[in-house]
Amino acid sequence: MSVSKVLVANRGEIALRVIRSLKEMGIRSAAIYSEADTSCLHKKLADEVHLIGPSPAAKSYLNAAAIVALAQEIGADAIHPGYGFLAENAEFAEMCTQAGVAFIGPTPENMRLAGDKLAARQTVEDAGVPVVPGSDRGLLSLDDAIEACGAIGYPLMLKASAGGGGRGMRILYEEQDLKEEFVMAAAEARAAFGDPTLYVEKYILHPRHIEVQILSDGQGNAVHLFERNCSVQRRHQKLIEEAPSPDLDPQVRHAIHASAVKIAQAIEYQNAGTVEFLLDGDNQFYFMELNARIQVEHPVTEMITGHDLIKAQLSIAMGQGIGFEQDAIHQHGHAIECRINAEDPEMGFVPSPGLVEHYRAPGGFGVRFDTLLYSGYEIPIYYDSLLGKLIAWGPSRLDAIGTMDRALKELHIAPLKTTTPFLLNVIRHDDFINGTYDLDLVSSILGAMDDEEDDL
Amino acid sequence: MSESLSSVISPLSGVFYSKPAPDQPAFVEPGTAVKKGQTLCLLETMKVFTKVKAPADGVVAEIAVEDESTVEKNQVIMKIQT
Repeated sequence: MSVSKVLVANRGEIALRVIRSLKEMGIRSAAIYSEADTSCLHKKLADEVHLIGPSPAAKSYLNAAAIVALAQEIGADAIHPGYGFLAENAEFAEMCTQAGVAFIGPTPENMRLAGDKLAARQTVEDAGVPVVPGSDRGLLSLDDAIEACGAIGYPLMLKASAGGGGRGMRILYEEQDLKEEFVMAAAEARAAFGDPTLYVEKYILHPRHIEVQILSDGQGNAVHLFERNCSVQRRHQKLIEEAPSPDLDPQVRHAIHASAVKIAQAIEYQNAGTVEFLLDGDNQFYFMELNARIQVEHPVTEMITGHDLIKAQLSIAMGQGIGFEQDAIHQHGHAIECRINAEDPEMGFVPSPGLVEHYRAPGGFGVRFDTLLYSGYEIPIYYDSLLGKLIAWGPSRLDAIGTMDRALKELHIAPLKTTTPFLLNVIRHDDFINGTYDLDLVSSILGAMDDEEDDL
Repeated sequence: MSESLSSVISPLSGVFYSKPAPDQPAFVEPGTAVKKGQTLCLLETMKVFTKVKAPADGVVAEIAVEDESTVEKNQVIMKIQT
């Protein structure tokens, strides 16, 4: 199929990211915006713009029917969902297809499997890839859970089958914790995800988050574009990502890449996706989850491979395949991404929206800043706090850290509070510089107090 | 016995919610007796929910903003008779 116009069903930096690749491909871009986004940068760069609805996302960027109707009305051949909003909504992808508009992303079946954690776990295990030892099924009652947990052994992580992104997870150190948490966790899972099913997995000590970027055409051809280490997280939200991962045994690294490709082929995955793994202190890796979308941190992979992942997504969606073979994918140098969020790290990362009176971009060799910022822009309260992704590339990891240090200091945003000073602290931490850090790094910097709930 | 009105100030800008969920009753209404530290409402800012808590024991005298409306930082959102 040929594509001459794409509706970009998103906002912020990812809308800009997609529009830029569309321009380079000679494809017309159509942007949507909400009433809160009349002065948003993606509106200024797109070839055409359309008001989609009121400010709350539920009435605009999440309004699937309105977006599909608009695509038909303006003659868009395809929709790019970005990440978040409708990106992993299987019904939305089906609505697009039924309306004769191509969905640039995975199939509805891929998304349903990725969203059902227990089903995904089983499929991956059947494909011969290790999963974290666990209950392998939904826990039927507290008595059933006590028996299952006793058989696996504590400590354990209690999870919702329909959950994801770390939401609603609880650590169980002993049976008493299970007794106290089980009923409430099931009720919360029902309220948050519409499904009370819970399961448990072994709690991995000193874990690292290693994920593999894959591209797959849905017809058995799948490639990996190496891994990213995303272990700098606060409350399960990634703050810094890098590619390749430091301090990774070459054989383990190869096995992780091969496992990701095997999973993509086993589920006939289509388009760009990420397979997330946990790596423990003994170099054992376990499948964690499949992210059926382009991810926020995709640029670090682009910087070390030289491949534009958005263009690859378009190529696959147009039926032209991935566009390159595994042996044509090489890595060069090292890339680090810092997420610049409108949050005040001195006040428990409280959101900090408002007017950007002064903004000065960082620049120079090895610096890329994918951002929605410009001087005079007012950050709305309705959407997430990501202002931009600062990416530093260097021929070596230490070069990349040095470039990131300089770029973070060059970046000037006022009077908003941003995560910039905290990110500078992290990249100067010995464990980060040594590359030996794990998922405990941020809480060890901030202290245990940060694990408490926010109250004002 | 002396009584006074204590203002509850919005700690940040966001969308004001009087209820924990659309199908549940409001946290408080005018006339509700509250204890210091009790949740009065929620604010949603950049997809993050923040609980606003009672600054002192008392009775809710006035809710100064509409449910699901936008409030500014430092805006008076409630008054409590203490």
